[in-house]
This record gives sequence, structure tokens and C-alpha cells, in this order.
Amino acid sequence: MNSAIPFSAQLINLFAAVILLLAFAMLAQRRMLTLINLFALQGLCLCLATLVAAVTTGQVHLYYSAGLTLVLKVLLLPWILHRLVRKLNVKGEVEALIKIPTTMLVGIVLVMIAFNVALPISELSQTITRGTLGIALAVVMLAFLMMITRQKAISQVVGFLSMENGLFLAATSATYGMPMVVELGIALDVLVGVIILGVFFFQIRDQFDSLDIRHMEKLKDN
Amino acid sequence: MRNEREHGRLTAPRLRLYKGMYQLFMFTMLAALTTNNLGILWVAMEAATLTTVLLVSLYRTPASLEAAWKYFILCGVGIAQALFGTILLYFAAERVLGAAGNALLWTHLVDVKSQLEPTVMALSFIFLLVGYGTKVGLAPLHNWLPDAHAEGPTPVSAVLSGLLLNVALYAILRCKVLADGALPTGFAGNLMIGFGLFTLLVAAFFLSRQKDVKRMFAYSSIEHMGLITFAFGMGGPVANFAGLLHMTMHSLTKSAIFFAVGHATQKTGTQLMENIRGLIKINPLIGWGLMLGTLAILGMPPFGVFASEFMILTHAMKHFPWATPILLLALGVAFASIFGKVQPMVFGETTAKRLPHAPAITPVFLHLAIVLMLGLYIPPYLTRWFHEAARMLG
Repeated sequence: MNSAIPFSAQLINLFAAVILLLAFAMLAQRRMLTLINLFALQGLCLCLATLVAAVTTGQVHLYYSAGLTLVLKVLLLPWILHRLVRKLNVKGEVEALIKIPTTMLVGIVLVMIAFNVALPISELSQTITRGTLGIALAVVMLAFLMMITRQKAISQVVGFLSMENGLFLAATSATYGMPMVVELGIALDVLVGVIILGVFFFQIRDQFDSLDIRHMEKLKDN
Repeated sequence: MRNEREHGRLTAPRLRLYKGMYQLFMFTMLAALTTNNLGILWVAMEAATLTTVLLVSLYRTPASLEAAWKYFILCGVGIAQALFGTILLYFAAERVLGAAGNALLWTHLVDVKSQLEPTVMALSFIFLLVGYGTKVGLAPLHNWLPDAHAEGPTPVSAVLSGLLLNVALYAILRCKVLADGALPTGFAGNLMIGFGLFTLLVAAFFLSRQKDVKRMFAYSSIEHMGLITFAFGMGGPVANFAGLLHMTMHSLTKSAIFFAVGHATQKTGTQLMENIRGLIKINPLIGWGLMLGTLAILGMPPFGVFASEFMILTHAMKHFPWATPILLLALGVAFASIFGKVQPMVFGETTAKRLPHAPAITPVFLHLAIVLMLGLYIPPYLTRWFHEAARMLG
């Protein structure tokens, strides 16, 4: 890296790195409530990164975007998830399909792949945040990994939301965010999605007496 | 649905939920079709996923919940990939069009498509194809589709097959036009040919192993989507025309079939094909509807599907001769397995009784009549319209 990186870009890179670190922490986390808190923290970092980008570039819609992230991903969604966990009385332990150290190793490989894929694109980008595109792709892939390796329905949803975080980071880092209409639409979809899933959890628990998706492997092609 | 209500599988509030969600789903589909903004297109597709998740799990049986969960997770992940593709597309567009709000407007993008950065566009198209391809039911990502079709209520299966899959494919096509402009080597088309052929083969062989009638026709939908993707992948005015025609024919025929199948399963109280026998004796209209629909979807001559499949095949023979044996093999296997299973269902012996409500048989025959008419004669304005659309797709 050359030494002439402006302070704000360094700050954004720092936040992006923290987001990546948190993605790893979520991958390693066994307790459901801590998992949700980590997700909220990730949202907060994302919000701060967007805010720094907004202050440096003076783009108004980035402020809105940061505000949206704050309200939705730091406050509202974790709150809904917390309530769900408490109401459904999910046990503290999260069972992973693969052992956690193995998962971490796979995660490291994924991060390397992500950086390689993102390299030609970030070279083209002129935004101050371009370095973070690789990180964003890595976060998306780690979230993917989390969805694959987890057994409980709720941790799959947290993985899904974390993937959404990664995508938002990609949008800000590559292009200073999507047009406002689109961002609003995406936020609405995510919110509605989580509410629907909340309803869904209750139905699943009523039917299977558990939120373990191992019970849901009946439909197959014989 | 009225019969379902009396069977006690649905309560009044659920029926309300069904009607509301159905209309919302229609709204999102129309929004996806008419919007000029590729971002809004994504938002509408995601909203369509959310509404149909609730529709698929309407019966609240363990199987339907499982199907809906699978549907949500697979399509949710898929659509997230599509969002990443859209972000990359916006990134490529922003360099040409500037950061204003119109860098995602399709009409603006088409004007500058040759200036878009090729490497970014290639990556973006891969993400978009995989993402929206999940919704189309392209082969490695098709697992949600048979489950959702088999476990959801029949009208939902009909609109999933007849509408959602096509709209998702339409989203891919829109992006293909842009990718083709940026990458003159036919990269996007080749990808689509590969995915299409693979899907066609996988679906055809899965077809022969199905026991559940709705599952079988769901696989038939996957098979046809593969064929259409293949046609659009070949590109050129003839193949695009054939693809569009096939899309129209398939949605009309498939919704007719799902309606007929829905009545058949209500009558016999099962979806297992072994237990459905002698439809022609219980209700001749449904029996004939199912039989004619099956013949139509398999591409028998008087129907419109024949015309479009024939065009696709001849075009493939001319430009991609190596693909012809694969196409013929897949179509042959599909024909044998579907026809062999539907035939005893319609003509066998039966003991079932009549239902209290007369089935809504009009949509079945109306759709089939249109398909038949289009097979014999396509009105000139429709031809012109298809030609115009095919030209735009390049």
C-alpha cells in the first residue's frame, strides 16, 4: 500500500477490516444471543464506514443510507431476533455441522479467493473506498459458509442478514451506494423478509417441535 | 379452492392470506416486467419470493413448511448473488453514465452498452445468471422448484410455473443484452447454452423417476426452462423468436395442466400417480383436459409448442449441430416418461366419487384453445411483436 492514503480512507479500511473480523467471530460463535449481538455490531461498523464515506465525499444520499443501516440493522433487526430467541426459548448452544476450527480454515481460503476475484475490479474503481471491495466479497462468502454449516434456522437467517451486510459494503465501496430508490426497496425487502421468517419460525416449531433443520430433510427425489 | 375449504385443509383467515398474497405476488411480477430500473427489478423479484414463500406454506403441513423453507433459503441466497451482480453492473455503468440515478436505467444502459468495462460485465453477468437462474430453476440450483410446486396449492404451482420462472428468465435476458454489448465474443450466450442443455438433461432424467404428479410436471417446467434458456443462448433473430414463442406456449399450457392436475388430485385425494386412475370415467372434461394438455406440452403437432420446439431444433441443427443429439435425447426421454405415466392416469380403472363443487374447467380449455390456435395460426400483429422483441434481444 502506498503511504499517501488519506486519513478517511484509512478509517474506512479499518471499519471494513473490523467487519471482516466480526464475520469470522460469527463463524466461530456458539451462543445464539452473542451471535445476534455480533451481527448488530457488524451493522454498526457498516453504518460508521458509510458515515465516514458520506462526510468525506459530501454525498447526501450516503447519509440516508447510513441512517437506514443504523435503524434497520443495528436496532430493529437485532431487536426482532432477540425477541424471537426469547419467545421461542432457543437453547444457548448453536450446533455446527463441521468443527469450528475446520470452518475457520475454509473461511481463510474463501477470503483469499474473494480478494483475488475482486482485485481487477477494485483497480478500476476511483472511489476512496475501493480497497474494501475484496473485504465485502469475503464477508458475503463467509456468511454463505455460515449458512451452510449451521443447523438452527435462526443462525441461518443471521447468516443471510450478514450476507446482506456484505452486499451493502460492496455497494458503498465500489460505487458510493446504489440509487436511493433501490436502497429503500432493498431495505424494505429485508425487513419484510425477517418479519415473515419470524412468523415462519413459530410454524416450524409447532410442526417439528424444534428449530433444527435436520428435521426438514424429508423431501427428496427417490 | 372451495373444495379445499370443505376438506378442512384451509380456514377462513388462511384463505384471506392466500388471496392477499396472491394479489401482491401479481403486483410484484407486473412491477418486475414494466420497470426500467434494474435495481427495482431486483427488489420486485425479492418481494415475489417473499410473497410466494407464504403461499407455498399455506397448508402448514410439515412437508409444505420444509418446501417453503428450502425455497426461501435457496432463492434468498440466489437473489443475493443477483444483487451482487446488479451492484457490479451499476459499478460498470457509473463509469460511463456518471453517478446520477439513471445509471441503472435499462434504456440508458443499452445506449452505452459497448462502452461498459468487459471484465466487470463478465463477472456481473455470471452473478446475475446464477442468481436469477436459481429462480428460473437452472440445473444445479433447481432443488427448490419441485418441492415448492408439489407442496403448494395448485393455483400457486400454476403461477409459479407460468409466471415467476418466465419473469426471472426475462431478468436474465435483459442483462444478457447488456453483457453481449460489452463482450462481443458471445460469452453470455455460451454460458446460457451450457446451463440450458445441462438443465434440460438433468430434468429429463429426473422426470422418469417421479411418483408425484405435481412434482413430475414441475420437472417438466424445469426441462422447458432449460430449452428456452438454450434457445436464447443461441441468439439471433430466429432462436430468440422461437424462445419467446416457446415461453408463451409453455406458460399457457403449463397453467392449463396444473389446473387439470389440481382437480384430478382433489377428486382422488392423492398426488401419487399410482393412485390416480381412470380420470376419463370420473370426469371426462378433466380427463381430456389433462390428456390434451400433456400432449400439448410434449410438443405434439397441432399445438403451438410443436412449432416453437421445431424452430429451436432446426436452428440448433444449423448452428450448433453437436447439441442436436442431446436435445433429441432429452426430449425423447421426457416424452416417454410423461406420456407413459399420464396415460394410465386418464384411462385406467377407478373407484373414486364425484366432488360437491363443479371444478373450474374453463381456464384449462381456454388456455389449451389458445395454444392450439397459435399452433395453427399466429396472428400477424403477434408475429410482428415477437420479431420486434427478438430484434431487441440481438
